[in-house]
Amino acid sequence: MSTLPTTQASPAPAKTEAPPEEWSDRVALSTIDESMRVPGIFFVVSGGVWLLIGTALAIVASFKLHNPEFLGNIEALTFGRARSAHLNAMTYGWGNNALFAVALWIMSRLCRAPVRYHYILITAGVMWNLGVTIGIWGILFGDLTSVEWLEMPTYVTPLLALSYALVGVWGILAFHFRKGDHVYVSQWYILAALFWFPWLYTVAQMMIFFTPARGTVQAITNWWFAHNVLGLWYTPVGLAAAYYLIPKILGKPIHSYYLSILGFWSLALFYNWAGVHHLIGGPIPLWLQAAGTVGSIGMVIPVIVVAVNHHLTARGSFRAVWNSPTLRFVVFGAMSYTLTSLIGSAMAVPDVNEVTHFTHFTVAHAHHGVYAFFTMVMFGAIYFMLPRLLNREWPSATLIRIHFWACALGIGIYVVGLSIGGWMQGLMMNNPDIPFLDIVQAMIPWLLSRSFAGILLTVGHLAFFANLIWMIAGPRSTVPKTSLGRERVPA
Amino acid sequence: MKNLPLLFLGIFFTLAFSWSGLILSSEIQYGKLVPTTSTLNAEGEPEEGGELFPAASAGIALQGKEVYQNQGCMYCHSQQVRPKGYGADFERGWGPRQTVPRDYILEDRVLLGTMRTGPDLANVGGRALSADWHHQHLYNPQITSPGSVMPPFRYLYRMQEIDPEGPSPDAVSIPADFPYAPPPGYEVVPTDEAKALVAYLLSLRIDYELPEAKFSQ
Repeated sequence: MSTLPTTQASPAPAKTEAPPEEWSDRVALSTIDESMRVPGIFFVVSGGVWLLIGTALAIVASFKLHNPEFLGNIEALTFGRARSAHLNAMTYGWGNNALFAVALWIMSRLCRAPVRYHYILITAGVMWNLGVTIGIWGILFGDLTSVEWLEMPTYVTPLLALSYALVGVWGILAFHFRKGDHVYVSQWYILAALFWFPWLYTVAQMMIFFTPARGTVQAITNWWFAHNVLGLWYTPVGLAAAYYLIPKILGKPIHSYYLSILGFWSLALFYNWAGVHHLIGGPIPLWLQAAGTVGSIGMVIPVIVVAVNHHLTARGSFRAVWNSPTLRFVVFGAMSYTLTSLIGSAMAVPDVNEVTHFTHFTVAHAHHGVYAFFTMVMFGAIYFMLPRLLNREWPSATLIRIHFWACALGIGIYVVGLSIGGWMQGLMMNNPDIPFLDIVQAMIPWLLSRSFAGILLTVGHLAFFANLIWMIAGPRSTVPKTSLGRERVPA
Repeated sequence: MKNLPLLFLGIFFTLAFSWSGLILSSEIQYGKLVPTTSTLNAEGEPEEGGELFPAASAGIALQGKEVYQNQGCMYCHSQQVRPKGYGADFERGWGPRQTVPRDYILEDRVLLGTMRTGPDLANVGGRALSADWHHQHLYNPQITSPGSVMPPFRYLYRMQEIDPEGPSPDAVSIPADFPYAPPPGYEVVPTDEAKALVAYLLSLRIDYELPEAKFSQ
């Protein structure tokens, strides 16, 4: 039996238990799922295609960093362009498409209203993918801007901004037509993210490209934006998905309503300020660097609060977590969120930053957040969402297992290897007696471990994509296979 | 949560707070900085008739900066020197002093960078490296820096037959025992893009003091 997710508001008894799901509610949910079918599948498949493109670019960039002559005569694939195209394919191609699908679907389910105007979403989706395609083409063929996280040339800005606006408007409309007056924690996060992202994007575009701010104010704007893409866009939606799926699949309410409130508001307050830690020691006023450090360390509060809340919700149900493909990914992501956020707070301490800044440690950390947390949660959410949109089961549990293990091991090796290598790089760089080229050589084994991790991730992504296409295009699978354990988990 | 106005206001004001705290206030504090002289007079004003720093870059260097941007050099090379005593930027000879906000005010796009797979370039023009060294390095980094993982930028160069009347004055001296060395009778010459890029690299120098940043700081 499944229940609607709800929050527990002890001591107020009214909210301590999930309301029993009425038959009519279940009918309503399937109507909502059906209305999200076309946009949901469009976003997931586009995201999957970008995931493969981004993976291929990642492999190229990673190999180049230990083998610089690899494809060395192709200008479009020189390291600076390949890594930027990889980042944008993953961020705006895979990440945003997956996020649109998952966030809008959760939003419409929690609003308990079927999608109206779903042609708005299709239009927005087509425009978005067109914009990302042109933008990545521009990066590869000479229009790379060299502004981190905003590498796509400015001629795609209007297209992306407009299609984003359509998605945002649709999200607000869905919320406006909701039924019931209780607004669940996942909805707060999604609403906030839908509002924060366009503001971040517009301000960054204006103050960096269209009417550039003077000097290093640009750099501050850049890192305010770039860090908040993770903090105020991916993180809220990742957490919204975790808050929705964990209680949903385990069939019990979130442990504490008050902890979810505290977690939400402390994230909104602190994450905003954290981005400046990318400029510690740089040519900006000291008080700004201090603000970045304070914001980053303040992040310990929402991170611990969310971790405790999720842990106490899942307590006693760990077998169910392991058997559900969705929760296996989501809980892996949620645990990574805790770990990477605490490491991130530590990296903002000036004594630590002195070592980790300018090294592969930061690269490992970025993948720890965007991949081990956000991407893994999105995989989990897609495993839950698609069978409900399509009324079909995933055709192969083996492919899901391959996907999980290849990605979990891959990102594990990636983060551990580059963190150790990056830390050594920082220590060596701060010792002026070590010649620079010795540091470059010392990094090569760690960069090789990263390429090996990349191959594992590629295997995982291919398994995911094959399963996805098989599910959509193949014959309907009648045997339920969504459990990875012996017993089928009620979902 | 049922208090929607609180939710909406909270969502709005948290971001507004950080935007005004980080960006608007830095814009107010130093968004209008102007070039000044290395020392100030008794009134705290720039010396009259003194040379103003930073100075604007020449045209070809600006074209080179576009090549630097579209090749993505910034993803391995930072352009900022941290203060003496924080890291070893000074000891490594990456600059005679830390860089400060005023150093960047004339730049249309600020390329501070966050990665040092390669060395910092804020003062690369101040090192004793000739244009020919840079061309060799860009054509095949192994010539000047054995073991480097920098990508080759050979596509910014042309190989051509040596003119019977004599070699091109731009010809880059590529040692014969390196891969992609020109065969006998041929020479390697930089394209306009490569020339502009090297002009840009040579223009990157911190050879002046500012009132707020003296050498060895």
